[in-house]
Amino acid sequence: MSAPVIRASSLAQHFGARMIFQDVSFVVNAREIFAILGGSGCGKSTLMKQLIGLLPPSAGRIEILGQDLARARQAVRRSIGVMFQSGALFGSMSLLENVMLPLEVFTTLPPEGREAVARVKLGLVGLADAASLMPGEISGGMVRRAGIARALALDPPLLFLDEPSAGLDPITSAGIDRLILDLRADLGTTVVLVTHELASILAIADRCIMLDRAAQGMIAEGDPRHLRETSAEPTVRAFFRREAA
Amino acid sequence: MTVRGSEAAGRVDLVFRGSLDAVGAGRIWRETMRQAVAARGRELGFDLTGVEQCDTAGAALLLSAEQRHGGVARFIAASPPIAALLARVRDLAVVTEKPPPPAVATPPRRVLAEFGGRLAGRVGEGLAFLGQAFTALLGLPARRRMVRFADLAQLIDQAGWRALPLALLLGYLMGLILAFQSAIPMRRFGADLFVADLVSIALLRELGPLLAAVILAGRTGSAQAAELGTMKVNEELDALVTMGLDPMTLLVLPRLAAAMVSMPALVLALDIAGLVGMTTVLAGFGFPPALVAHRVVGAVHPSDLMGGIFRAVAFGAAVAAIGCRAGLATGAGPRAVGTAATRAVVGGIVATIALDGLFALLSYRLGL
Ligand SMILES: Nc1ncnc2c1ncn2[C@@H]1O[C@H](COP(=O)(O)OP(=O)(O)OP(=O)(O)O)[C@@H](O)[C@H]1O
Ligand SMILES: [Mg+2]
Repeated sequence: MSAPVIRASSLAQHFGARMIFQDVSFVVNAREIFAILGGSGCGKSTLMKQLIGLLPPSAGRIEILGQDLARARQAVRRSIGVMFQSGALFGSMSLLENVMLPLEVFTTLPPEGREAVARVKLGLVGLADAASLMPGEISGGMVRRAGIARALALDPPLLFLDEPSAGLDPITSAGIDRLILDLRADLGTTVVLVTHELASILAIADRCIMLDRAAQGMIAEGDPRHLRETSAEPTVRAFFRREAA
Repeated sequence: MTVRGSEAAGRVDLVFRGSLDAVGAGRIWRETMRQAVAARGRELGFDLTGVEQCDTAGAALLLSAEQRHGGVARFIAASPPIAALLARVRDLAVVTEKPPPPAVATPPRRVLAEFGGRLAGRVGEGLAFLGQAFTALLGLPARRRMVRFADLAQLIDQAGWRALPLALLLGYLMGLILAFQSAIPMRRFGADLFVADLVSIALLRELGPLLAAVILAGRTGSAQAAELGTMKVNEELDALVTMGLDPMTLLVLPRLAAAMVSMPALVLALDIAGLVGMTTVLAGFGFPPALVAHRVVGAVHPSDLMGGIFRAVAFGAAVAAIGCRAGLATGAGPRAVGTAATRAVVGGIVATIALDGLFALLSYRLGL
């Protein structure tokens, strides 16, 4: 068994006096597809921002690829790809330039090499014919897909996706699932994703944790299919059965 | 829509007739509450026999009346859909949020104290920001790859080149107005030609740089704040950081540089246009332009012009730093970007005038 890719210990986050979550601990192993679940506003995006080193946790410790994130932020950044919930495309650059940017920052590829790689990535998410469009000219679903393409630009060993398939039709959404599975098969990518898509969670996630706003922390951890059948926690049951809690 | 009270045997029934929707409920709201309060201590009933339909507003009316009355009311002849609606609204209405404390007018002393506190905080933050910018500047040689000259050229185009027509117009008008306003009293002493000395010194030393800074704050500072603020709200800044790109180096330094490069050009444009405006007025008073030019050359010293340009560069740095900082500090939500832009303009102008005062004091002390 190799060392875990992420080891999060007793993470907490509060904004001012407002506690979002505390005592969140989990491990993500290599080649795992790991889902962060929970209702809207429970802190999933906040947890992801902690994991990618954007938001220092109020308490707790994060180790990524064997390094303490608080100390090795810059080194870790080269090995992660991030897709933000809002896509976070640079508005002044075309989709192609957006995807080329990480290649420009982190590699010595010449411009035509960067462009070739970026076009492949755009093709992976079905945007080959939209490469020259600006972020302001495309739909919400396309923004997300372009965000995924940019996160994939460097073939990072560790990929973070915040709601990659929100607002996508079922076919495109299934295409994203397929893409994630392919990435793992081809490159051994470890994927941490925030999602609400039950079908996608059950289809691709190996393990998951569930956060809860009322509990201000984690209420479940494990294999989602197993949790669906056996969890005694009412919120977890309600989530997997699509019932109102 | 009507409501009528009927009393019998220690009981009050409010008889409703018509459509209990937002319009109908609005019409009888006061009357219903009045009757509900009047019925305190007795049993209250709502007779809905004559009610054709009821929506959320109607349900809110009935439940509020019940609450005012203080007891549990009896609902008479509520049809099943109305009963269901009432039950649902009742469930939701139970959750009450603590109302925020009412806004009281803050006493003037508190307002002043708060303003002072905020001002001190801002100055501190501003200095810290300049420190960060300076650190980024020191680190620049190591990050040469992040410098994009095309971006810088575009920023200078925005901050300087495109502001030139405005600077020319405002400068010309300023020269015109100053000359005209001062020529009238001066003429009484037969000193109208000295207007040339007065206006040219005022313009070159003081008004040119100030006006250029105001133009920069209004055109460029606000735009910088809005642009960076939008990037913040859109998580673009986060994305930059995760790619190992420092927003300070990539976004702030070029904007500071563009403002500092643009300001001397704006000041020169303002100064020249102002002198032309003044010459126009004096020509109207019968002084030939050559004579006016001669006076101007005699009155102003090159150090006046250079001092003005030096100030302008400092003002430009302050305005751009405040604009960028306001943008980077943008909060969440759709109104945050607008707030950031406002802060940039107000902060830019205040900082300019404060700096100007500081320079005046320094130059007096140093005998410049
Ligand atoms: N910078 C911040 N300052 C203050 N509060 C914040 C900040 N960022 C997030 N929050 C609060 O933290 C809570 C969790 O936010 P977060 O974005 O992590 O939710 P989420 O689980 O991703 O929700 P969603 O599914 O809707 O995206 C929210 O209540 C939000 O108001
Ligand atoms: Mg989120």
